[in-house]
Amino acid sequence: MPTVALTTHLYRFFPQLQAQTISVPAGSVAEVIGAIDRFAPGFADYLLDDNGSLRRHVFISVDKRVVVDRKRLSDQVPEQGIVHIFQALTGG
Amino acid sequence: MANTLLLGTRKGTVIFDRTASGWQPRPIAHSGIPVCYAARDPRDGTLWASLDHGHWGPKLSRSKDGGHTWEDAPAIKYPAGARHIVQYLPSPDFDPTAPIGEPEYKAACVYKIWNITFGSAEQPGRLYAGTVPGGLFVSDDGGDSWQLNRPLWNHPSRGGDLFAGPAASETHWGGTPASIDYGVFEPGIHSIVVNPQNPNHLTVAASSAGVLVSTDGGESWAGRNRGMLMDYLPEPAAEWGHDPHFVTACPGQPDHLWQQNHCGVFYSSDGANSWRKVSQLSTGVHFGFPIAVDEQDGRTAWVVPARADSERTTINGGLFVARTRDGGESWQALRDGLPQANAYDIVLRHGLDVAGDSLCFGTTTGNVYVSENRGDSWQCLGNNLPPVYSVRFG
Repeated sequence: MPTVALTTHLYRFFPQLQAQTISVPAGSVAEVIGAIDRFAPGFADYLLDDNGSLRRHVFISVDKRVVVDRKRLSDQVPEQGIVHIFQALTGG
Repeated sequence: MANTLLLGTRKGTVIFDRTASGWQPRPIAHSGIPVCYAARDPRDGTLWASLDHGHWGPKLSRSKDGGHTWEDAPAIKYPAGARHIVQYLPSPDFDPTAPIGEPEYKAACVYKIWNITFGSAEQPGRLYAGTVPGGLFVSDDGGDSWQLNRPLWNHPSRGGDLFAGPAASETHWGGTPASIDYGVFEPGIHSIVVNPQNPNHLTVAASSAGVLVSTDGGESWAGRNRGMLMDYLPEPAAEWGHDPHFVTACPGQPDHLWQQNHCGVFYSSDGANSWRKVSQLSTGVHFGFPIAVDEQDGRTAWVVPARADSERTTINGGLFVARTRDGGESWQALRDGLPQANAYDIVLRHGLDVAGDSLCFGTTTGNVYVSENRGDSWQCLGNNLPPVYSVRFG
């Protein structure tokens, strides 16, 4: 199953995801986020806007390749894939 | 007497408690997260904070134990099919005489939850939230679910019902600079007034559109901008396009409304049917952002004047509050206890509040001042807070 690595910033809001390997079924990036949202309710709203598009300052990569389809999140995550969820850095 | 102060700041929610030895701050809540508005629901004591996450989207946070613990409330989202006409900042080569092109549409998305307002005592669970890009949301279950008020969203002044198809009219709602942080130039609802004598009587203000009123609980809306003047546009008395910075009403005399506008201070004594400019340049009363009105006397109001409008600092380096007791006929500058040299504080639109004889304001320089005698004198509660976005007694 694919595994998901999160920016540590998200553990503050979803402590149940901390200190564990997040494994989800293979599928599209949208399906991966949906799977995490099922055991961490509200998680998808942190990453996606009202229309299901990736928020402006959020980035996701699949096996080190940044996701191309930020609107529908249709990029596919393979069975042994590694998904990274991270955010842009900001100032003070 | 209000015993709590809630401050929304750039780095979290700061709560002060009134104690025998004065106002005492608690450790900051939502540490590090911008909080653009925080308030206490007087009906059940729930505390609300509007979080303005830079990365993770706007969120409402609530506390049902007086601020000891907080939880995310269910997200406010636009329904599928909600669209608006895209606004753009005029570019340097903008030609106002060029023919108006076809409108460009965009699927709606909440950028900022700018205001939370509580329903009347007869409507337990009723909450209102105003957003950028100009949507009014309503909850009847204490914030567990939210619905877009479609009559306002679909108002002819915004192009009509865009759920149904193309715009049937031109939009007259302009963008607010407060939206530029989100990479857009869209309007925002920052003021929501529920008439305590008739909860179906609602007043909202949008930057940059104007004031709208509903007398049927939000089923229909009408513009209420007669008497408003936009000094900066070719047609100052136009029906739409006004830039109210904040609108509020006297709870005891709800037909008395006050407005700190980009173009002056305006007062209405007839339920917003007409507005009268009551700026007084000799006292510095003209430009600013917040305004507060007495709970019982609709003719008494306070503003925090600033130098208009390209500088947006205090006037001559001195911070003061101005008060009128006669419906804006005259104003008195109140400076006792406030710095009068080398001060450049600005108080934003939600940064001033009144409760009984108590007033409080917070500035973008991180200074907070409170008065217990209706503004006659002021005491500093702190000089090193984060920039203050909102101040509300609770």
